[in-house]
Amino acid sequence: MSDITMTLPERSLSAGPRGAKPRRRFAPSTIMLYSVLIIAALYYLLPLYVMVVTSLKGMPEIRMGNIFAPPVDITFEPWITAWDSACTGLYCEGIKVGFWNSVKITVPGVIVSIAIASVNGYALANWRFKGSEIFFTILLFGAFIPYQVLLYPLVILLRELGIFSTLTGIVLVHTIFGMPILTLLFRNYFAALPVELFKAARVDGAGFWQIFLQIYLPMSLPIFVVGLILQVTGIWNDFLFGVVFAGSQNYPMTVQLNNIVNAVQGVKQYNVNMAATLLTGAVPLFVYFVSGRLFVRGIAAGAVKG
Amino acid sequence: MAAATRPFSLFRNASAKIAALPMILTALGVFVGGTIWTIVYSFTDSRLLPSTNFVGFSQYARLFDTPRWSVSIYNLAVYGSLLLVFSFVVGFLLAALMDQKIRFESTFRTIYLYPFALSFIVTGLIWQWILDPGLGLPKLMRDLGFEQFDLALLGNPDTVLFALVMAGLWQSTGFVMVLMLAGLRGIDNEIWKAARVDGIPAWKTYLFIIVPMMKGVFITTLVIVASGIVRLYDLVVAMTQGGPGFASEVPAKYVYDFMFQRANLGQGLAASTVMLVTVFIILVPWALFVFREKKP
Repeated sequence: MSDITMTLPERSLSAGPRGAKPRRRFAPSTIMLYSVLIIAALYYLLPLYVMVVTSLKGMPEIRMGNIFAPPVDITFEPWITAWDSACTGLYCEGIKVGFWNSVKITVPGVIVSIAIASVNGYALANWRFKGSEIFFTILLFGAFIPYQVLLYPLVILLRELGIFSTLTGIVLVHTIFGMPILTLLFRNYFAALPVELFKAARVDGAGFWQIFLQIYLPMSLPIFVVGLILQVTGIWNDFLFGVVFAGSQNYPMTVQLNNIVNAVQGVKQYNVNMAATLLTGAVPLFVYFVSGRLFVRGIAAGAVKG
Repeated sequence: MAAATRPFSLFRNASAKIAALPMILTALGVFVGGTIWTIVYSFTDSRLLPSTNFVGFSQYARLFDTPRWSVSIYNLAVYGSLLLVFSFVVGFLLAALMDQKIRFESTFRTIYLYPFALSFIVTGLIWQWILDPGLGLPKLMRDLGFEQFDLALLGNPDTVLFALVMAGLWQSTGFVMVLMLAGLRGIDNEIWKAARVDGIPAWKTYLFIIVPMMKGVFITTLVIVASGIVRLYDLVVAMTQGGPGFASEVPAKYVYDFMFQRANLGQGLAASTVMLVTVFIILVPWALFVFREKKP
């Protein structure tokens, strides 16, 4: 169970391509190969393109033309409306409210979950105690429990703690559900560090926290970045926990976006909707494009999460 | 690990135990405790609030008598099998093509994978707009004179699932491709050389040598994708809200609606217990496989 990720040789991603024999340039098979790859790429890019052009058109132009037509008369009005004055139910304050709520949930959520999981992973890798592997196995199985099974027990727990429908509550929920994958990530990373390092520090009299803070932490920047990527995108993209646990005054951006676009009243403003959708996707997309290979490493290492 | 001190007493290694407390509390308090709570209370007639009036299996009997639940199960089965088949076939094909010493490999990979970074809500809303019957792709097809291609998938109970599959594939195929590519890169180059020496054509090498060798990657990917399918919720909420009618309802949405909107807690808990059992049916064979591989 603990070595699940071993079946996915993530490190080999950085190795060069192997596959079948190399081909001559401009051979028919090469042209076929690139055609397929490019057609597939178009399928993936088209929705993004449609979103961008729709968000830059006025409503009359959307009704007249087709969804793939580039905007004749570029307008940024939909973006301003989406950010500042789009309506969710009775309130018309735009998606900026959701944006700031998501920031308020994501920043502490990421910090707390990574802090706890890194210490957990360190304890599991270097300071095993009786039962530690059993707890870890339960934790990993916990990653597969459908969220619906745990929703109501957590509602009761948070109510008892007096933090239901608060920012503290939603941060705690994200910490709990991020724990299996992050703990696995840190445990595997720390377990791969040379054990002599740990032994030498022990001989010199360093304790649990000293070794962690002064030796392991400075060496482990890459894995913290991977954890950061996983958590920022994971928490930002969450919908279900936000709806249930955050409370309506703290609804994250995804919840607000859904409320804006799927509002039953009023005329649908597709351009505003697409601008709001792009704004919501912007943060994870930014993380994705900046992080590149580390993102791939995160999902390969964290393949347990799904 | 050898480096750790031997645990002779409860206070030995105390810092580590204190540091691991959040993990222990989460594992026992939330994952084990919460699951047991849900199973136990699924046998009660809880309405708005939990009650301890046990009613045996009657919540389950009602659950399987409810057409909406049967439709949800059926929908999930259709969505799940289509998504699995297509994401695996397309994901593997793309990975095999990407492995042909191509130029701009990382550009292609970046393009195929970016939808995976997005929220299901974002994905659902994009495809809702693209498939909008009035102004989206269906209108374009009508304007171009292709009346026979009725792409108004979302408004039709018979086709709405295909719309969900289309969006689901857009989001997850890149992920499958990345895992498959990692698997292909893990195959020893000698295998390729040997196959070439024996004059085995490339497609045969893939089908009969490489794919069986990648069993572990396939199974791991299967488990990840399958457990994601069981959770299917956000995409439906954003794209169809379960409609038209109940045509695109899914189990996770059934649970949420009964628990939090219809004040029928017992029914929601019974439904979520059925979901749990389904996941474990998927998970157990895989866990056995992993344990057998690691401990020969």
